[in-house]
Amino acid sequence: MFIRLACCRLLRHRKLIYISIFISFLLSFVYVVVLPHVLMLFQKPPSKVQEVCQYVIPKDSPTVPTNSRCTFFDCFNIYRCGHKFNGDFKVYVYPMARHVDEDFIPIGGKMSKEYHSILSAIVESQYYTTNPEEACVFVSSIDTLNQNRFRVKETSQALALLPHWNDGQNHLIFNMVPGTAPDYKTVVDLSIGKSMVAGAGFDSWTYRSSFDISIAIYSNLANSLSNNYTFQHRTTFISTVQTNLHSDFITSLKSIEKQKSTTQNMTMSMIRVIEPCSHSGHDRTIICHENITYNYADILADSVFCLILPGPRLMDMVFIDALAAGCIPIVAINHVVLPFFEVIDWKRAVIMWSETELNTLLDVVSGIPLDRRKEMSAQGRWLYQTYLSSLKIITMTTLKILSQRLHPHSSDFYENWNLRPHPVSARNPLFLPYMSDSTGFTAIILSYNRIDSLFTLINMISKAPSLQKIIVIWNNQLKSPPHFSAWPKIDVSLKVVQTTANKLSNRFFPYREIETEAVLSLDDDILMLTLDEIEFGFQVWKEFPDHIVGFPSRTHIWNNKTNTWKYESEWKNEISMVLTGAAFYHKYWNQAYTYIMPNIIKQWVDEHMNCEDIAMNFLVSNTTNKAPIKVTPKKKFKCPQCTNTEMLSVDQGHMAIRTSCVNMFAAIYGRMPLKTVEYRVDPVLYKDVFPTKLKRYNNVGEL
Amino acid sequence: MQAKKRFILIWLIVLLFILIMCLLKRTRKPETLLNLTYNANYVENLPSFMDDWHQSLEVGRPPAAKTYEARQQVPYHSSHKKTNKNCRMETCFDSSRCENNFRVFVYPLSELETSGLMTSTRSVLYQKMLDIIVESRYYTDEYTKACVFVIAIDTLDRDPLSPDYLRNIPMKMQRLRHWNGGRNHVIFNLYSGSWPDYNEDDLGFHTGDAILAKASMSVTNMRPGFDISFPLFHKKHPERGGEPGFVRSNTYPITKNYKLAFKGKRYVLGSGSETRNSIFHLHNGKDTIVVTTCKHGKNWKDAQDERCDVDNTLYEKYDYGSLLKNSTFCLVPRGRRLGSYRFLEALQAGCIPVLLSNNWALPFDEVIDWNKAVIWADERLLFQVPEVIHSISEIKLFALRQQTQILWEQYFNTIEKIVFTTFEIIKERLPKLQSRDGIVWNTSPGALVSQHLYTEYLNFNLPFNYHLFGKQPTPNFTVVIFSQHNSLNTPLYRLVRNLAASKYLTQIIINSCADNNGKSGYQKIAGIQILVSSGNDCRRFEPLPFIKTEAILSLDDDVVITTDEIDFAFHVWQSFPDRIVGFPARSHYWDNSKDSWLYTSKWTNEYSIILTGAAFYHQYYNTLYTQWLSPLLIKTVEQSHNCEDILMNFLVSHVTRRPPIKVSQRKHYKEQANNGMPKSPWNDPDHFMQRQTCLNTFVVLFGYMPLLQSSVRFDPILFKDPVSNFRKKYKQIELVSN
Repeated sequence: MFIRLACCRLLRHRKLIYISIFISFLLSFVYVVVLPHVLMLFQKPPSKVQEVCQYVIPKDSPTVPTNSRCTFFDCFNIYRCGHKFNGDFKVYVYPMARHVDEDFIPIGGKMSKEYHSILSAIVESQYYTTNPEEACVFVSSIDTLNQNRFRVKETSQALALLPHWNDGQNHLIFNMVPGTAPDYKTVVDLSIGKSMVAGAGFDSWTYRSSFDISIAIYSNLANSLSNNYTFQHRTTFISTVQTNLHSDFITSLKSIEKQKSTTQNMTMSMIRVIEPCSHSGHDRTIICHENITYNYADILADSVFCLILPGPRLMDMVFIDALAAGCIPIVAINHVVLPFFEVIDWKRAVIMWSETELNTLLDVVSGIPLDRRKEMSAQGRWLYQTYLSSLKIITMTTLKILSQRLHPHSSDFYENWNLRPHPVSARNPLFLPYMSDSTGFTAIILSYNRIDSLFTLINMISKAPSLQKIIVIWNNQLKSPPHFSAWPKIDVSLKVVQTTANKLSNRFFPYREIETEAVLSLDDDILMLTLDEIEFGFQVWKEFPDHIVGFPSRTHIWNNKTNTWKYESEWKNEISMVLTGAAFYHKYWNQAYTYIMPNIIKQWVDEHMNCEDIAMNFLVSNTTNKAPIKVTPKKKFKCPQCTNTEMLSVDQGHMAIRTSCVNMFAAIYGRMPLKTVEYRVDPVLYKDVFPTKLKRYNNVGEL
Repeated sequence: MQAKKRFILIWLIVLLFILIMCLLKRTRKPETLLNLTYNANYVENLPSFMDDWHQSLEVGRPPAAKTYEARQQVPYHSSHKKTNKNCRMETCFDSSRCENNFRVFVYPLSELETSGLMTSTRSVLYQKMLDIIVESRYYTDEYTKACVFVIAIDTLDRDPLSPDYLRNIPMKMQRLRHWNGGRNHVIFNLYSGSWPDYNEDDLGFHTGDAILAKASMSVTNMRPGFDISFPLFHKKHPERGGEPGFVRSNTYPITKNYKLAFKGKRYVLGSGSETRNSIFHLHNGKDTIVVTTCKHGKNWKDAQDERCDVDNTLYEKYDYGSLLKNSTFCLVPRGRRLGSYRFLEALQAGCIPVLLSNNWALPFDEVIDWNKAVIWADERLLFQVPEVIHSISEIKLFALRQQTQILWEQYFNTIEKIVFTTFEIIKERLPKLQSRDGIVWNTSPGALVSQHLYTEYLNFNLPFNYHLFGKQPTPNFTVVIFSQHNSLNTPLYRLVRNLAASKYLTQIIINSCADNNGKSGYQKIAGIQILVSSGNDCRRFEPLPFIKTEAILSLDDDVVITTDEIDFAFHVWQSFPDRIVGFPARSHYWDNSKDSWLYTSKWTNEYSIILTGAAFYHQYYNTLYTQWLSPLLIKTVEQSHNCEDILMNFLVSHVTRRPPIKVSQRKHYKEQANNGMPKSPWNDPDHFMQRQTCLNTFVVLFGYMPLLQSSVRFDPILFKDPVSNFRKKYKQIELVSN
């Protein structure tokens, strides 16, 4: 009746209807389209309404007791994990749910921020899957981080009711605070069958080797502690910073403190024992020493070492805080399992001590030299930042360790986990300590069109006893190499590689045809080498197989005026490069040049047709931190009259380009890797007055 | 507008709006995506997991009391009647016995045995191990000084079916005087358990609190940080010296005939692993050779299956040794026990082990990062093995293979190294003696030759791995002049003057041998402050506390040398800080007719020794020489008053596996005798003969000849080049004639 009436009325006011329709459309448009966008601008994550399921846990729901003998091989179902070889595997996260007991009382507190971060980290990672069928590892959405925040029995029951539980197989339970008063177990008290525990504060009895993962407790305070770091001006040598220590520890430490303060009169107070403040309540940021209140952060920043003793639980946030603040932790907690100890060598950053031998601690620790203290402090901070500083990082490290267990062949090595990236460190890929036993080398000659000199060179070099093969890189696409009948007849096999593009990097390609360890790289106009020089060069390379060993040497000089490097081909007292126009090197460097060297350098060299030899010297020096080796006084390579290949190839432009190469490569590597040395090597009896009959390598020494 | 109209309008808008919203809502897709995304504000409002932390600390009683008390009664018991499964270093090992020194006590032979009334009950292998310990630096014959005890009862083979099995061990153990429940004892074992189940735990006796160094352990059965996984090695394993790895030329890429190889038994009787019985599926006759035989034991024929004939013929076609050499990877599956000989065999051959032995604790895995040398496969995923090994890049292969050689030569190629590594691992666990991190253990030359106290660490750098940390040796050196003459003479004055002209010199120390009054003090010679240190009992390489630099220039007091030569040699040393860099070169060679090594001071094209009469070396080698070399070697030197320089060369070449470096042309580096110098012992032919003898004694004691020949000499860049002398940096070197 009313509607009809209204309609009749309204029909009379058409204009009004149109207006109202228009406005309401406008409003709804604003609400549906514009508003969410505007809202998204204000808050990053989109607001979606959470629909949470609620599960009621029956009182007598069954649980499976934790299997304390589990290993990766008998409790973990590897067949769920597919076979990806790059270390990939999938993690499924159960949907959020509310778990209550039969009386509708929740089994635990609200999900904590931290657990939420862990789950989000997984969801955002490459490991996440929404499909439980393809999942390898399962993570529940029941917050188990702190045992004080949930009811143990009901939570175990709730876990056992998870749809893919299957006795807990392949489930990962995160926990950072295990045990409750009064007995403080060192592992979370849940009954979880075959689940793995990613827990903090294990002792070596509760930790199941190769099955559980020892993680770090997260400390929100640590992040702020790691700012404003300096290792200088620390006035206390050792501090204790825990307020929850047993009185026995405190008394014994206090007596050491007293003894040291009376016997030693030093600028640095040797040991400082912190007590809980009577007035501070539960504030972690305030601590006391002899009735003076200190800021917790200041104490950490002011101490060289932080003594960490067993509190109620084995892994205290203090450990994390100390690392972050650069206070070297002395962990005197027997049997403790440190975070990620499978991959992190804590010895590099932490002093492991025994809690029963505190009286000798000071004597030993004070003997540690300053350099080592600095190094440990920096390493500790680096470990904190790389593996422990946020929940996301902790979670990802945990998953990475899991991935290494699943695919051990893709594991990172010790160095990758434990060495801080250092601008001037070098990891020599040829690290086998040996003098090469190889019997011969492969000569690689780069040629374009100088056939005469190429043939002369081949004829000459083919007589070298240690030569095993000659490979000619024919870099000319316009002209094909001479017919095979035209090539010199030689005893060793000769292989011609016709390249598809005239690129200088062709000479450094790791051809399958190179079967020897050593490569002798030659330009096609190197005509002045003697056989003795080649044989001696090869001998030197065998003694120094990770160096470039060769004849034409150059150096680089710092120009003070322009503040740049200068490429120098004059005869100097120093060398820092040996050109690959005539040099021995290990075949590995071909691989490194082609596939590992920064691509910009390779491209630049190919585009400008220059500096490939400089690039090779940079590459080797940067990888090994070693200088090349110049063999014999040889300085002329093309003809007896030529003094220097580059000195007389005049061409100022050529030199300018090479100078700019040196500067550019140094910029790309972020440092000048070349090493300057003042030595060359000669045969032992070089220039000695000695019967030539008894001398080896007589034909060495001409310029 | 009228109020009424306005009212209607608003109503209409609201109605339509609700209508549209309802329609929209229905068409909206339901949220399938999970679930985690709370409202941002909501996440902020979530509690922290630590919110209840402090409430949980009980009020009214001292915090942590309960756990502290519980820790005081750590579960341990000393009773030889049982094996204490809960042992850890802190609970079962008395580290107060090892305060400063790490000494090992070996129980003496029983009286019956020494008097010959009873024949020895030890296997040859165990006796060898005991002999090695007794002759080593670790040994002490006073049990009060010992940190670790080794029993003289052979526990290596605990398989009752084996001929070496020793009966009545429990009874014999009861008689051990210092057993004390097994505390601080190390028990070595290679085999435990027997047919058919080969139970790892079954040693036939109880070890109490003793540390078990046992082969084929599983990760689960090891007491973490307490037991030591031990390698399984042959009875014929050499005591010293040892064979080098097979990789003598480090080719890249690795080109071998086969990718993967295996030759071994499978167990038709059902006593071995399942894996062995199914690996033949991997065989493809081309790049993967996996051949198994059914022949094992006496009655394999009763249990043979239909494959056996085919398998046995295929098995005969391949030779084990050549498979090892010609394959990139070698399969190392579990046999009856977790470990097998083939693990070390593959390691030596540089054939990268592919492990199919789930849960096996690899030898010394507490300190060795095996990921750098082996590939772990999973027995459960046997058929993925080919795919796994093909997925490994050539660069990684190259690194893996080099590491197999390094590990083999550093820790496994002799019984001595295996035993010493065991002790070093225990030493590493003690808070006061620990010193070496994973880098030292896993890079060349390894932890056995990196002996230094924790507190010394980084006081100076070890001579190895400078490049890894981007470090340089310290840019100056200390001169140590070894003086055997009583008086300060003219050549010494001249020498000191030349030394003082070097800008890299920090200090000159005279290690005086002649005047052995034990006093050290400063003297002025040629106007230069010199520290005279005496009372070192003529020990040339005594690590003197006054030395603050990494480089030492060791000189005899009658040496003739120019400043340029010193500076140049120091420059070369900085590039090769791990080697001896110096002037007087000598050589050694093998004489077939005399069947011995000969020493020569003639001019030759090669050299292998640089005499320490004029040479640079790293300070660390002094420590190593004095504290690490076998006492027998030191004794040889002390008795002959000779050869210490040869021994130093042996040491450095043994550690680095590289020859020393000869610098510049100089051959005569001594003042000629007619200059009124006291007669040098060098001209004495007996002296020379003695050096010959030393050389051969050292080879016996080292077990091999560590010296290596070099045929290169280092000269300044422009040495003897036809350019003006003004342009040359080291002018004096040009003038030195030979």
